[in-house]
Amino acid sequence: MLEDQPGGRAAASDGAPGIHVEGLSKSYKTSHGVVHAVAGIDLSIPPGQTLALLGPNGAGKSTTIDMLLGLSIPDAGRVSVLGRPPRSAVEAGVVGAMLQTGELIRDLTVGELIAMVAALYPRAMTVEKVLDLVGIAEVADRRTQKLSGGQTQRVRFAVALVGDPELLVLDEPTVAMDVESRHAFWATMRTFAARGRTVIFATHYLEEADDNADRAVLMAHGRIVADGPPTEIKARVGRRTIRATLPGPEEARLRALPGVVAVERHGDAVALSCTDSDAAIRAVLAEFPQARDIEIAGAGLEEAFLELTAEKAEPEPAR
Amino acid sequence: MIALAYTRYELLRTFRNRRFLIFSLAFPLILYYVIAAPNRGVGNLGSTGVSLPLYYMVGLASFGTMAAMISTGARIAGERTTGWTRQLRITPLSTRAYFRAKVLTAYATALLTIVVLYSAGISLGVSMPARYWLEMTGLVLVGLLPFAVLGILLGHLLTVESMGPAIGGVTSLLALVSGTWFPLSSHGFLHDLAQVLPSYWLVQANRVPVGGAAWGTTGWLVVAVWTVLLTGLARFVYRRDTARV
Repeated sequence: MLEDQPGGRAAASDGAPGIHVEGLSKSYKTSHGVVHAVAGIDLSIPPGQTLALLGPNGAGKSTTIDMLLGLSIPDAGRVSVLGRPPRSAVEAGVVGAMLQTGELIRDLTVGELIAMVAALYPRAMTVEKVLDLVGIAEVADRRTQKLSGGQTQRVRFAVALVGDPELLVLDEPTVAMDVESRHAFWATMRTFAARGRTVIFATHYLEEADDNADRAVLMAHGRIVADGPPTEIKARVGRRTIRATLPGPEEARLRALPGVVAVERHGDAVALSCTDSDAAIRAVLAEFPQARDIEIAGAGLEEAFLELTAEKAEPEPAR
Repeated sequence: MIALAYTRYELLRTFRNRRFLIFSLAFPLILYYVIAAPNRGVGNLGSTGVSLPLYYMVGLASFGTMAAMISTGARIAGERTTGWTRQLRITPLSTRAYFRAKVLTAYATALLTIVVLYSAGISLGVSMPARYWLEMTGLVLVGLLPFAVLGILLGHLLTVESMGPAIGGVTSLLALVSGTWFPLSSHGFLHDLAQVLPSYWLVQANRVPVGGAAWGTTGWLVVAVWTVLLTGLARFVYRRDTARV
């Protein structure tokens, strides 16, 4: 089962391996008032884990990542990264990150840019190695201002990787990539993670979490609303609804169809809530050829997130 | 060590940037020949006791080096806008080392400007003992300190778009009131104003070969006060800027 916030029991302690977050919160003042971007989260990530931080825009993913990296100071709570405060982990050169936005500096070749960043890290990979790993060896001699969008993203990935970090943080890394680049990108990420490194990536694509992470943490409105293996999260939020005009069969017969978990009927109109809409629609068509006006709607991730948040909002204990 | 490695690539970037080279190198060099070549025989410019080729050699070197120092600001502003500064903040490069690399780069380009203008000066007959060349260079390099800090300050204050006009405007205005284009009279409002500007003392380095102290207490004091003042301001602006991120 999905757990509620797993915090509360574990105490984030300095000196412990992995990443430990305790009671973390951060608010911003905007013209609309105070926004609680991160409203008290607890999280423990053991070394070597690949964790997906899922959530719609504004869920607090980037703010959390900024605090993990020491780019912004929490209003309250504690963060320990590989046994140290974030800033000192960064200074020790054990953290690499690809931020959500950012361009490359101009007037250098890709190879020179990577070498420049490598010079900042105590245990950097060689430039050749990282270019190979990311698959951009062929643009090594090209100036950074002459790259395509996908190539730029991969160079930014190389910048994050070249220090051979213990912790790799990726904030929505595939947003500007085409399908092929995405594929190559995640393959590289998995190769890197397989070396026992800790990886945290933020995404709003459930598929990316499912394919690439050991664990998915779902955020909404600055809180963690679900935490578990990606398959469970997927089962939870990945439901689709089949709507059809289907006079006749009883609800019980419909509920027995493969992939269907709930049925609603209003007169001739039925709505089947499905974990596997593909199997369900095949069964519907096979057994009830009279079904018409069929629509299949994915519960958008956004809606699913909001639904989950609404579920969690009530029993939230006061802090 | 880290700063040095980083500076190497900063230099590479700077010398590949054409606009920068034109402004701080080609522009002063061409102006120098335009002004000084036809008047190379003027031995005592406006009763300063300094020959015209020497006067404008130092004047235009100070103009070009000022531009080189302040344009650090354009680079910082650019790196802030594109998010490169944020990317660097998650590497082991400290803020101190980042600024050190920027200032070192600016000084390296300033030295190049100086060498180019000295060569041009020599080609128009400027000559003096080696120790005067060195002393003059030393004064110019020290006199550039406030401008190095000014570059960092402007880089955190202005946007990339406004940096171009700001650099052009500040250098041109300072050059005008500091005697780069013509010797200032030894009294009056302009003279009094110039006395408290660090750029005036850059140009005054041309007095080294004439003998005596080129700067005097006033010169050293003005440069020191501006450096301290601008450093304080730059620190304040930097803090305000990073707190917002």
